[in-house]
Amino acid sequence: MYVIIAGAGKVGWNLGRELIGKGHEVTLLENNLRRYGTVEEELEHQVHYGDATELWVLERAGIKRAELVIAVTGDDEDNILICQVAKEKYLVERIVARVNNPRNLQHFKLLGIQPAVSATDLILRLIEHEVPQYGLVHLLDLADDRLEIIEMQVADDAAVAGRTVDEVALPDGSLIISILRDGDGFVPKPDSVIEAGDEVLVVLDPGLEDGITAQFAPQRAPAGG
Amino acid sequence: MFILIVGAGRVGSAVGKWALGEGHDVSVLDEDPQSLERLETDLEGTWEDAGGQFTVGTALEMEALEEAGIARADVFIASTNGDNTNLVVAQIAQRRFEIEKVIVRVLDPRRSEWYGQQGLHTVCPTAVAIEQLEQAVVAA
Repeated sequence: MYVIIAGAGKVGWNLGRELIGKGHEVTLLENNLRRYGTVEEELEHQVHYGDATELWVLERAGIKRAELVIAVTGDDEDNILICQVAKEKYLVERIVARVNNPRNLQHFKLLGIQPAVSATDLILRLIEHEVPQYGLVHLLDLADDRLEIIEMQVADDAAVAGRTVDEVALPDGSLIISILRDGDGFVPKPDSVIEAGDEVLVVLDPGLEDGITAQFAPQRAPAGG
Repeated sequence: MFILIVGAGRVGSAVGKWALGEGHDVSVLDEDPQSLERLETDLEGTWEDAGGQFTVGTALEMEALEEAGIARADVFIASTNGDNTNLVVAQIAQRRFEIEKVIVRVLDPRRSEWYGQQGLHTVCPTAVAIEQLEQAVVAA
């Protein structure tokens, strides 16, 4: 796959190195001459010097044949516009944009720049994942596919504790895809028993959450999260 | 008309003063508080005494845009010194706030042309300079 990465900072450079290691053809674009010099020592012709928001810089990098454009500069406006012209002018099939300031995420969405990845959000989710009292963790919003994956811890007196997957009546449009127990994970069968303390991953249509979480939460207290 | 101008450099402030003189309601947003001085040169009193509004904030800050009155703007002008900021904020004005007349300054002629084709009203000072220089050469 031919990949253009705009921005050869920490994120772009490491991403480029990883993708090259996986056998992809990669061109990095870097606007800062000193940074370009540093990266060029390792990646040589695979990094170009220039402003990736300029059309001729993108064209020189061969954007017309790029299959993926990743915009990871430190500037949200730049990332938005690089992805916008990649998608709408050069008809690049896939784009990925980095969001530096989470408050700008709404602008990416408004202009159709997706997926937009915010490191702050990712770290926040990891923190939520590490803090069990949240009860419910959104692992992934597959917005385009209209699906979500959530993780729940089974409370001691939850409705589902001690019952088999088959016996648990989850709404249509949801499915238990994995059970994590004592540090191991497995894909359950209909006769697998859900135990208190298990962490259960469920894929579901958006909006079904409440009906599902109630069955995993403590009977007396309302569901957390 | 209510005109919101984002970016009060030489261009934005001159257009703002002109619009105020024409009797329009004018609100100006700029990240630099000192831009107010540029608006007040040649004015008898302060910009606000003359009926203008001034907000300090950056172009992509929703709170600043809202404080500057974007929701009721009839005309939106993006005239900061950055093409990229102008192009993004102009599209926010157009798509989120559905302002009918959105004018955006783009120095890069090629992107000015392309975004013009996408439905933004772009103004390209570079293209104007090129044209005038060429005409001056022909006339010489």
